[in-house]
Amino acid sequence: MGFSESAGQATTEGQPASFIRRTTDAVRNALAPARARLGMLEVDTRLIGMIGALVIIWFGFNIAGHGTFLTARNLWNLSVQSASIAIMATGMVMIIVSRNIDLSVGSMLAFLGYTMAMLQAVWLPQLVGDQPQPWIWIVTIIVGIGLGALIGSIQGFIVAYGGVPSFIVTLGGLLVWRGLIFRYAQGQTIAPLDQTFQMLGGGTVGTRVGALGDIASWALGALACAAIVLSLIGARRRKRRYGFPTRPLWAEVAVGVLGCAAALGAVAVAISYPLPPNVADAVAKERGIPVPPGGFATGVAIPVLVLLIVGIVVTFLATRRQFGRYVFAIGGNPDAAALGGINVKRTILKTFALMGVLAAVSAAVQTARLNGAVTNLGTQNELDVISAAVIGGTSFAGGIGTIPGAILGAVVMQSLRSGMVLLLVDSPTQDIVVGVVLVAAVGLDTLLRRKSG
Amino acid sequence: MPQPAPETAPSPAPATTPLVQMRGISVSFGGVKAVQDVSIDLFPGEVVGLVGGNGAGKSTLMRTLSGARPADAGEIYVDGKLATIANPRDAKALGIETIYQTLALADNLDAPANVFLGRELLSRGQLDDAAMEDASRKVITRLNPNFKNFKSPVLRLSGGQRQAVAIGRAIQFNARALIMDEPTAALGPAETAQVRDLIRQLKKEGIGIFLVSHDIHDVFDLSERVSVMYHGRLVDTVNKDDVTADEILGMIILGKPPTKLTEQDKAQLHA
Repeated sequence: MGFSESAGQATTEGQPASFIRRTTDAVRNALAPARARLGMLEVDTRLIGMIGALVIIWFGFNIAGHGTFLTARNLWNLSVQSASIAIMATGMVMIIVSRNIDLSVGSMLAFLGYTMAMLQAVWLPQLVGDQPQPWIWIVTIIVGIGLGALIGSIQGFIVAYGGVPSFIVTLGGLLVWRGLIFRYAQGQTIAPLDQTFQMLGGGTVGTRVGALGDIASWALGALACAAIVLSLIGARRRKRRYGFPTRPLWAEVAVGVLGCAAALGAVAVAISYPLPPNVADAVAKERGIPVPPGGFATGVAIPVLVLLIVGIVVTFLATRRQFGRYVFAIGGNPDAAALGGINVKRTILKTFALMGVLAAVSAAVQTARLNGAVTNLGTQNELDVISAAVIGGTSFAGGIGTIPGAILGAVVMQSLRSGMVLLLVDSPTQDIVVGVVLVAAVGLDTLLRRKSG
Repeated sequence: MPQPAPETAPSPAPATTPLVQMRGISVSFGGVKAVQDVSIDLFPGEVVGLVGGNGAGKSTLMRTLSGARPADAGEIYVDGKLATIANPRDAKALGIETIYQTLALADNLDAPANVFLGRELLSRGQLDDAAMEDASRKVITRLNPNFKNFKSPVLRLSGGQRQAVAIGRAIQFNARALIMDEPTAALGPAETAQVRDLIRQLKKEGIGIFLVSHDIHDVFDLSERVSVMYHGRLVDTVNKDDVTADEILGMIILGKPPTKLTEQDKAQLHA
């Protein structure tokens, strides 16, 4: 009796595992020809997988929400909501790749956002008078970014040169930076902010809109296309010069066409979102023209433009500069990096300084969007930022991660939240779903990584 | 079976100035004296075998020369000039390259990135990956003509291929002195033969090599001189032609030069 029972248990325990294995094997085999083609494209298959997951999420919510998800308005809002998390996620990739963690980003963001709000709403006006000054927003941003670099460097210095684990240092930072806000204003909200500064949030002030409009948006799309094509040609030329194998021409053209289509498609969506009627009326009045039939185009939001610039700069640092190579080498094997003559400590310090700068950029976007600084600014942002990086394929074991992956990770997270809001799912349930998705995504990734060796 | 290279030329005549002189080197870890007052030399085009039991201090001594763990006391002269080696960069700047027993590879990076780790080729401030791949192809295929996998992380490579990457890194930058720590420990017979051929070839090019090894036969085949360490001290440095493998073994086990062996020691060895 006891024997047969234990035997039965063994089979029921064995079955799910072998079922999962059979299913993943079947999926892998079915996809084999497609994988061969994808291999020729030499694009990151993980990134393709993430885009696939995103498409499924978007269409799923659209069907469940009876067409409310895939609207220009919702996608435009989604882009703005994702931007501030995605900006910080690019820096978090570098931190996690080097086998560290930064838990303080939400508090840094609050401290920096508060400082920037105080500068433009209190300190600078006290200094130069209440008259709006055209340079106030520039000074604010420069000071904010400088301060971000400084406090990031302080944390990085303690981690790299003091030898205190980054988990502890940034856990301390999480408490310290938010606590410091109360020294400024005893918990008051600091508002209103400079009008030009507010554009960084993507909102509207009177007739001014924190977005590019139609002409500039198309120009941006064209620029993106040109950059994609030029970089493809450049890469091909470099390979030719050394006689390395290049991918087939059809693959080059396919990558170029897909890249351009994605860029122009995103622009088209942003353009098809019209300005709200009251803003459109005001704009028409100011320009002395009637409101066109489809309304005025909103275009690509400024926060998205900021994210684009940040994404390009950090990708450049990560893949084209020695700094990035060193960060990845340290994550892969810290001893090898040191024996190779790499200054490990200085490199670690720089990753935290970069994180501080990005927290400042994100703080500018978030305070501008709120038109003020509140004490709970950026609460729990550290968890969203880390989740975005990890969903985007960054490995906690170190040495693995990409910037575009982290940006996509942020969009995936925000899509889930925004989709559930449209479906009137309450906030605790949203947390449950996001938590499950986070663990499932990393679990699936680990499984596939182990399989493909 | 690879034929051993015919020994046409006699061992290179000792040049007047040693490439590397290590004088009175001592290293301590806490209270433990890992290396005590050791002095050894290396001439151009010469292989010096460094042997000893586990914990004899071979690797620790070599780490002072490679800059991984600077010495607590003693001096290092390169070309007769006093050298300061505080970190791996200093050693490399002096033309001293090291192939570590662990290979010291960043497993997540590809072969070219590992060959140029810490010394990347740049063009206009940016990594010149194509140039680094080109140079890596040349240096690695010289060691292993079948090496094809220049794009995948070195994690995916075989032991021999990883070794080729580590050796490629050491000889890419015109090394003058090479430290090889157990270079054949993880290799199969064919790959071991390749490494031996390479050592002979590098020797002909005038590179001085410190060969750290457990394998007496490796050391005996390849070295001109053999230095034996025992409990952190140098027992002696002997010309290979003056001793037998058994006598070296005796020095490793008993920590005494052959001339000082008593009958009792000999009895113990043969027991």
